[in-house]
Amino acid sequence: MPNFRSGRLLRPAALLAAALVAASGAGCGSSGGTSTATPTASPTASASVGTAGVLGIRDPWVKAADHGMTAAFGTLVNDGDTNVTLTGATTDVSPMELHEITMRDGKMVMQAKQGGIVIKAKSRHVLQPGGDHLMLMNLTRPVPAGDEVAVTLTFADGRTQTFTAVAKPFTGAQESYAPGHGQPAHGTSATPRTSPSPAS
Amino acid sequence: MIATSGIQPVSRRRLLTGGAVAAGGTLAGAAAITAARSDTPGGRTVEAVPVAQVGTAVEPFHGPRQSGVATEPQAHASFVALSLRSEVDRAALRRMLRLLSDDAARLTQGRPALADTEPELGLLPARLTVTFGFGPDLYRAAGRPDRRPESVTELPPLRIDRLQPRWSGGDLLLQVCADDPLTVAHAQRVLVKDSRPFTTVRWVQQGFRRAAGSEPGRTQRNLFGQLDGTANPKPGGPLDNAVWVPDGPDWLRDSTTLVVRRISMNLETWDLLGRVDRELATGRRLDTGAPLTGTAEHDEPDFTALGPDGLTVIPDFSHLTRAHVTDDRLKILRRPYNYDGTPAADGTADSGLIFASFQADIGKQFLPIQRRLAERDLLNEWTTPIGSAVFAIPGRPGSPSRRHGSRCGSCRS
Repeated sequence: MPNFRSGRLLRPAALLAAALVAASGAGCGSSGGTSTATPTASPTASASVGTAGVLGIRDPWVKAADHGMTAAFGTLVNDGDTNVTLTGATTDVSPMELHEITMRDGKMVMQAKQGGIVIKAKSRHVLQPGGDHLMLMNLTRPVPAGDEVAVTLTFADGRTQTFTAVAKPFTGAQESYAPGHGQPAHGTSATPRTSPSPAS
Repeated sequence: MIATSGIQPVSRRRLLTGGAVAAGGTLAGAAAITAARSDTPGGRTVEAVPVAQVGTAVEPFHGPRQSGVATEPQAHASFVALSLRSEVDRAALRRMLRLLSDDAARLTQGRPALADTEPELGLLPARLTVTFGFGPDLYRAAGRPDRRPESVTELPPLRIDRLQPRWSGGDLLLQVCADDPLTVAHAQRVLVKDSRPFTTVRWVQQGFRRAAGSEPGRTQRNLFGQLDGTANPKPGGPLDNAVWVPDGPDWLRDSTTLVVRRISMNLETWDLLGRVDRELATGRRLDTGAPLTGTAEHDEPDFTALGPDGLTVIPDFSHLTRAHVTDDRLKILRRPYNYDGTPAADGTADSGLIFASFQADIGKQFLPIQRRLAERDLLNEWTTPIGSAVFAIPGRPGSPSRRHGSRCGSCRS
């Protein structure tokens, strides 16, 4: 997939919701360059960018799902002079694993990424449907569309970094899961269908 | 002027006395030539945009007032009305608006949406705007009925209405406008996909104007050939006074309201009219848009001037006469688009106008004009409202540069 190209951070998208569903002064996830000191209903999908951490994390999102498996995506940006190795990820809604998509017996299958994901110095690594991704193995609660999930990354040097991914309705990313690599074999599709219901 | 052709379907006397008027009634802006404006010397001055820049031109998304209202109308529009699923509550609304706001924030600035499955289609904004409207029932679903602007309620029935459910109502409106139809289609697709867990599609109306840059700053023409929107309040103070709520609590300040009416225009019976009769019905010249007592589009009409036959030059039943408003605060901002469906097998046109008007208060501004038109506007003979919906267009409390209006450059950082 070509790009989530812009490195510019969006301000919170000044949610119309503020006019409707949030009291004035309700929780504000303001970030980005414009200082407003004014209320918005919530951070937007793009506001949750890890900036102070090991990596730049751009456009993070998770596929909305009611139960079972799902996955998180985004672009990992390494502006530093040394390679960074991502070795794990955790969230409070599911056990997580680092996955890759690979060819096996002529089929695209998903499997655990051995040795973690290396983000080379001065480069970026895209986590996307059909490629490397952060797998949520078994949701303990529904992640409805528009919800936000906090994900903590662990790196080889022991450092950690947390970012927030917004849940998008997404019907793709149906890669079949390849059991036998130490993961529980559910015999199900990689990701459950997008929840038809927004109710949590 | 082009002479009236040999057909002489309606004489002036018959127009005045015949059943046409008695049967009449259109609504505000139905077919479009509009009341003259006293304070405007001429058309707006809008710079022509070189064709090569049409695709990359950007309208601001952020700011206290939504774009797509005072924005110079783009060439293409899609009005998407959604119905909330029954289980949607305040928390779900918040999640939905989070997704849709983010989509709009990105796409309007020429960036693909988050998780965009066709990211290349998001790179040419072509002045894309996405304007969000809240229907009356959305406030109930949110548990905030007190925040519904008082005038945002279903319009009272009019005898001219032939409303169809398939074009009426809606809980959430997405007005998607751009100078490129592919940009509109992609934005609509992205927004509908992200709203799908929360809503069903109630109706979609797609419309068009002249291509971008073909008539910069000119009043648009409808499919009757009439100039449509001459009487709009002038950009700046007059428009601001007519459209935006200036004060009040956060959820009202910098808001406005939108009336969307689908007006079927009967091109078959309009064809029966000669040019003189067409101009009498509207009160304006077809070529210049000038009132029948003037020579230029924005000339002030003289409703008392008499012709050689002893009748007023501008007939009392003309659209111009019935829609005429002089006080800026009572005017409405018409931002209509044409629609042109597939003709029937016998060639009968399916054409009309997606009438869209913005005003601070529907009851004080839109309804009085509509009532006058409904009771006595000859254009009602050839136009029929077949859809109707009303929406609040909330401001964005918390946006920077409240005092700088919608064109604030700093909102784009």
